[in-house]
Amino acid sequence: MADFDPKDLEAFTAEAAAWFGENTPRDVDFMLPLTFMEVGTDQQFNFLRDWQNKVYEAGYLGAHWPKEYGGGGLDKAFQDAATRIMSRERTPIMLNAIGLNWTGPLLLDRGSEAEKQKYIKGILSAEEIWCQGFSEPDNGSDLGNAQTRAVKDGDDYVINGSKIWTTQGNYADYMILLARTNPDAENKYKGLSFFLAPMKATGVETVPIKKLTGEYGFTQTFFTDARISADCLMGAEGEGWLIAMQTLEYERGARSGQAGGHVMMMSDPGDIVRLAREAKLNGKPAIEDEAIREELVALMSEARALGLASRRGNLAPLTQDRPMALALGSKLASTDFYQRLNAFAITLQGTKAAYYVGDESAHDDGIWQRGYLNSFSATIGGGTSQIQRNIIGEHVLGLPKG
Amino acid sequence: MSAYIGPGINPQIGLSEEQAQLIDIAAAFCRDKSPVDKVRALIEDARGYDMAVWDEIVELGWTGIGIDEAFGGIGLSMAEIVPLVEYMGRAIMNTPYRDHVVASQAIVKGGTQAQKETLLPQLAGGAVAVLALCEDQADWDLENLTCTAQQAGDKLVLAGTKYLVPHAASAAHILVTVSYQGAPALVVLDAAHIDASRLRRETIIDDTARSYALSLDGLEVGHEALMDVSLAPEALAHIELTGALLLAADMCGGAYACIDYTLDYLKTRKQFGKLIGSYQSLKHTIVDAHQDYERARSHLYSAAFLFGQQGEGEVAVRMAKAAAGEAMSFAADRAIQFHGGFGFTYDCDAQLYRRRAIMGSALHGDARYHRRKLADLMFG
Repeated sequence: MADFDPKDLEAFTAEAAAWFGENTPRDVDFMLPLTFMEVGTDQQFNFLRDWQNKVYEAGYLGAHWPKEYGGGGLDKAFQDAATRIMSRERTPIMLNAIGLNWTGPLLLDRGSEAEKQKYIKGILSAEEIWCQGFSEPDNGSDLGNAQTRAVKDGDDYVINGSKIWTTQGNYADYMILLARTNPDAENKYKGLSFFLAPMKATGVETVPIKKLTGEYGFTQTFFTDARISADCLMGAEGEGWLIAMQTLEYERGARSGQAGGHVMMMSDPGDIVRLAREAKLNGKPAIEDEAIREELVALMSEARALGLASRRGNLAPLTQDRPMALALGSKLASTDFYQRLNAFAITLQGTKAAYYVGDESAHDDGIWQRGYLNSFSATIGGGTSQIQRNIIGEHVLGLPKG
Repeated sequence: MSAYIGPGINPQIGLSEEQAQLIDIAAAFCRDKSPVDKVRALIEDARGYDMAVWDEIVELGWTGIGIDEAFGGIGLSMAEIVPLVEYMGRAIMNTPYRDHVVASQAIVKGGTQAQKETLLPQLAGGAVAVLALCEDQADWDLENLTCTAQQAGDKLVLAGTKYLVPHAASAAHILVTVSYQGAPALVVLDAAHIDASRLRRETIIDDTARSYALSLDGLEVGHEALMDVSLAPEALAHIELTGALLLAADMCGGAYACIDYTLDYLKTRKQFGKLIGSYQSLKHTIVDAHQDYERARSHLYSAAFLFGQQGEGEVAVRMAKAAAGEAMSFAADRAIQFHGGFGFTYDCDAQLYRRRAIMGSALHGDARYHRRKLADLMFG
């Protein structure tokens, strides 16, 4: 399916532009989450589930996923075009992020026929919400040490233990679960297995976690003798680490296959220029301050480089020195950048830096303050920035492990 | 007016077939012709570069890339020159190539028809040309000039002193910026005009480069040496951006090589029984240097792609120069530190990179200068 008529793509793009122009919800009277990790109320959840479903039904999500499982069967160029339009229009995010970006591509790349038949369509339509059970309270960065147990018992596995930072855990239908099937394996990694585990099962309990922002979006998930069918095992016992690592590659953007659309709305760097014009610092617009201007330019340059890097990744002669560098470096570069961008935005506001979401005196309703606090979910989750530096150091630069 | 360019939204980058080929050719050529022992040997040489290598560069056609075919060149663009200079930077090559290209571009943009016809074929053919831009006021603004040219009959009489004139002793042509009738102008000097007594070799921080102070006092040249005065502002703007683009390329290459050099050490040097590259304080810092470098390289090839485009081209070049200067400076600064005691010696190559980065930042505007220019361009 590599070949297609450019005219078809053109027509598809024009139709998509018209569709999103017409159907993108405007003037929603409550705060929409900017990322899939910030879905804190039923109102937000229901709204985003309906929106994703609508986009999928219109043919603009998973347009390049195989038709037989519920995708559109088109070339990836079609989905890329639709995704670009969604970013440009700043449409609400796609809700089912872990399904669309990690589980879906994982299943399509290495799932069984039955697994693809069973799960792919529900991921795209948002009828079945997915969450991820990797991190544990005592094992965050050290994922290989996960202690949640899965014990085979007849046609079932019995799960005991606890997972933390389960995004949308209270809404999810399924979890990609990393659990220990063999505590006596020759090393900690080989004792792990990977499950596609139902969440609506006896013995599975989710408890919402109140974030540093005061809002919700994650849960801790407790398994107490939870019984799941042995069919839920993906691959073979002992392959859990391998499959989890592949999953993380989708998560970090080092591997492609995602369904499209955006699951995070980064603050548009252009917004900070507007803020710098509006916000007063020492009695005059912040943008008139020489030091602020310089720092603002430095941030704009970084933003530009992030956009350039993703395009440069397609130019082979410019990646041949270290082929994995741009892919493995992108999470660190972008999450770190957005954190500093938000932190800088707060410093433009003089005494108004003190306000927070909900106060009428706050600039932009406090999104910069909240955005800064929330930005840590990205510099900690999915492998902390420090782990990212280890990965880049070891896998891109070839440095020895510590 | 706000020429704000939505960053990250649709930044442009691309690569021509010629660029892709030149990357491979330049990589092999520079590695072969400029191993570090050669770089160090040439530091002791008066001219500072290998004439045989220069002849090969000319033979490859690289001196003619940015010159029209009508004037004996190849008629490609600055985009094709960028990879050459980048790989010269990786090899810390001692060469007047970058200076020569910028001087050639000054003639392309601001020369009279006669100068183009006479000089460009010579420059494409390898007669070395350089620019004399800097003055004692240490300003990056190329229009801030105290050196002068005065009309005296059918002659021009020059006055003042130029500084940091690269390769002045071995150049066939030196293009000098002066104030002429109250406005900036360029005058082409030939080697025959320049008595050795007018030149003083300067002690500069980059030992792989050569530069001279040039006294212009009382120097007489024919009126035909004056470049097109009406084009001078445009030519100076072109010089600034061309110079900045190619220094960005040189320093981007330097940053890469410096990181590579340091990585070798981190992978072989042991302390406390462990390879020092396994310690996170070093590992994470070199990763940061590497990430800065990758960012600089994205900017560089975007600037090469957009060069010459009104507005966006200038933004891209200034960002590239700032990013490359800072990337190489940081990488080389840490390279010295991470080599420990060896890093403090002249034998360690880290100093070559650090010194070249200071030199490269000092010319055609440092990061702060370009950011201030960018602020005006982007925010009004």
